[in-house]
Amino acid sequence: MNIFLPILPEISIFISAIFLLLLGLFIKNIKLIINLAVVTLILAIVFVIYQPIGTAFNNSLVNDEFSKVIKILILLGSLASIIMYHSSRKDLNIDLYEFPILILLATIGMLVMASANDLIAIFIGLELQSLTLYVLASLNRNHLASSEAGLKYFLLGALSSGLLLFGLSYIYGFTGNTNLNLISTTVAPGNIGLIIGIVFVTSGLAFKVSAVPFHMWTPDVYEGAPTPVTAFFAMAPKVAAIAVAVRFLIVGFSDVAFEWQQIIIFLSIASMVFAAFAAIAQTNIKRLMAYSSIGHVGYALIGLACGTEQGISSIVIYLSIYLVMNIGVFSFILSMKYKGEHYENISDLSGLYKNHPYYSVIITVFMFSLAGIPPLAGFFGKFYIFIAAIESNLMLLAIIGILASVVGAFYYLRIIKVIYFDEEKHSFDGFNHKSLHLLIHPSAFLIILFCLYPLPLINIANYAANAFY
Amino acid sequence: MTATLLTFYLFSSVILISSLMVISSKNPVHSVLYLILTFFNAAGLFVILHAEFLAMILIIVYVGAVAVLFLFVVMMLDFNLSREKDNLLQYMPFGLFIGIVFICELIIVLINTNLDLANIQILANPFSNFSEMTNTQALGSVLYTDYILYFQLSGIILLVAMIGSIVLTLRERTGVRRQIIVNQLDRDASSTELKEVASGEGIDI
Repeated sequence: MNIFLPILPEISIFISAIFLLLLGLFIKNIKLIINLAVVTLILAIVFVIYQPIGTAFNNSLVNDEFSKVIKILILLGSLASIIMYHSSRKDLNIDLYEFPILILLATIGMLVMASANDLIAIFIGLELQSLTLYVLASLNRNHLASSEAGLKYFLLGALSSGLLLFGLSYIYGFTGNTNLNLISTTVAPGNIGLIIGIVFVTSGLAFKVSAVPFHMWTPDVYEGAPTPVTAFFAMAPKVAAIAVAVRFLIVGFSDVAFEWQQIIIFLSIASMVFAAFAAIAQTNIKRLMAYSSIGHVGYALIGLACGTEQGISSIVIYLSIYLVMNIGVFSFILSMKYKGEHYENISDLSGLYKNHPYYSVIITVFMFSLAGIPPLAGFFGKFYIFIAAIESNLMLLAIIGILASVVGAFYYLRIIKVIYFDEEKHSFDGFNHKSLHLLIHPSAFLIILFCLYPLPLINIANYAANAFY
Repeated sequence: MTATLLTFYLFSSVILISSLMVISSKNPVHSVLYLILTFFNAAGLFVILHAEFLAMILIIVYVGAVAVLFLFVVMMLDFNLSREKDNLLQYMPFGLFIGIVFICELIIVLINTNLDLANIQILANPFSNFSEMTNTQALGSVLYTDYILYFQLSGIILLVAMIGSIVLTLRERTGVRRQIIVNQLDRDASSTELKEVASGEGIDI
C-alpha cells in the first residue's frame, strides 16, 4: 500500500477514467459522466492536500510543497474546463462522452509532470499530456478549423518533443544520470555538451508553454479548437509545463544558473514584447487570448529567470491569478451565444453594456485584471514578479515588462471601449447558463478579494517556494 | 576482428546502396522494399555492437509494423509518377549545396579532433554486472521493478492513442439495417404474408 500512496491522486483519476470509459459505452447519459469526472477531480484535490511529503519510485517522483500547490492548480484548471464543456457541448457539436475522460487522462500526465524529478518522468508525463491535447484540439471533426488546429498542434508538438528528447539524451550522456538530484551533483560550468542539452530542453519546454520564438502554433490552435478545449490549453498544461521548467532548471542546474538564465531572459522579453504588439491587430477574442497567454507566460518566466526563492513564489502567485482570470474570461467567451450560436469576434461585444450591464462590469473586472490595473489581482501578480526581478538585479527585465504591460493594456482596454461606447449589436442568452455562473462569479470574486485579503495566496506561494531552498 | 570488420563493411555498404535506392527508385513500392532491406542491415549492425535486443526490436517494430504500414499507404494512394522527375532537377542545386556544407563540416570536425577511441569513458553505468547478462535480461530485470511507473505510464499513453484514434475516426451511421438473428428466429408463419405478383409488375410492401 505504501508504494501507491505517493501516486494516489493519479491512480484514483486513472481508475475513474477507465470506469467512465466503460460506463460511457453502455449509458448514453453524458451529464452523469461529467458529474462523475468532476467528483473524481475534487477527490483528487483532497488526496493531493492530504498527501505526505516525500519521494517515490527511486526518487523519480517528488511530492513536495511546490508540486502540491501546482497539482491543485492543474486540477482546478481541468475541473473548470470540464464544467465549461458541459455548458456548451451541444452547441459546439462536441457532444462526446470521451471528452471528460480525455481531460482526466491529460490530468494524469500533468500531475506526473508536476512532481517529475527524473528526465524519463518528465518526458513520459509531457507525452501523455500532449498526446491527449492533440486529440482534444481536433475533437470537432466536422469543423475544418478544428481539424487544422489538431494537425498543426500535432506536427509542431511532435517536433518540440523531438527537440526535448534530443536535449534530454545529451544531458544523460554528459552526466550519466537521469535523476535531477544526481544530475545536479555532476553539473560543472563550462561543459559544452550539457549546455547544448539545456538549450534543447528549454526550447522544447518553451514550445509547450508557447513562449516566443516557439509560439507560432498558439493563435491558430486557440482559434480553431473548441472553446472549452482552448480554455483547457490556456490553463492546466501551461501551469504544468512551467512547473517542469522550474523543477528541471532549479533542482538540476542551479549550479550553472548563469548559463540558462540568459535563455530564459530572452524568452521572457521576446514573449512580453511580441505578445503586446501582435495582439493589437486581433479581431477574434480567442486569438486575442492566445496572444494574451503568450504575454503572461513571458511575465511568469521573469520569476524563473530570477532563480531565487522569491522568484519561485512570485511564479506561483502569478500562475494562480492567471488561472483564475482565464477561468473567468473563457466562461465569459462561452456565454457569448445567442440561440445556440457562439460569437467569437470582439465586434460582437459591441454595446454589450446596454443589454447586460452586470456582465459588462464583470468582464471589465477581468480585462482590468489581465491588463494589470492596480486594485485588481492581475496587478499584484505582476507586482510580485517585478519586485523579485529588481531584487535579483534584473532591472532591465522589470523595465521591459512594465513597458510591455503598458502596450498590452491597449488591447484589453479596447474590449472595454467596444462594450461601453460602441453601437448596440447583440444580446446574448448564454449568460443564463447555470454551470457558467459557477465559474464566472467565484473568479470575479477572487480577483476582487485578492487586493483586500492577499495573505493566504502569498502564504501558499511562500510555502511552495520553500521546497527548493 | 577481421570477420567483424568484413561484416560491418558488408552491412553498411548494403545500407548505403539500399537507402540511396529508397529515394531514387521510380516505383514507390520498390522504395518501401528497399527501406525494409535497410532496416534489416541496420539490425545487423546492432548485432555487431552487441545490442541484440535493439536489433530484434528494429526488425519487429520497423519491418513488422512501420514498413508494412508504409506499404499499405503507398499502395492505397495513387501517386503521379511522372511529376516527381521535374522536382528532382528543381531541388538538385539546393540539395547539393546542403550536402557539400555537411561534408565540409565533417571534414573540419575530423581534422580538429583526435578521438582517443581506446579511452572513451562511459558515464552512465546502470548495471554493475552488465557483461554477465544479455540485453533482454538486463532490460527485463529493471523494467518491471525499478521502472514500473514508466512502464505503466507508457501503457496509459498507448491507451490514449487508442481512445484518440477511435474518437477522431468513428462515425456512427444512422439508418443502417443490421441483422438481428433473435428477431429473425422469433418470427413465425403468422407474421408472413403471401402475395401474388403479376409478371412484369412490382408490388408495394
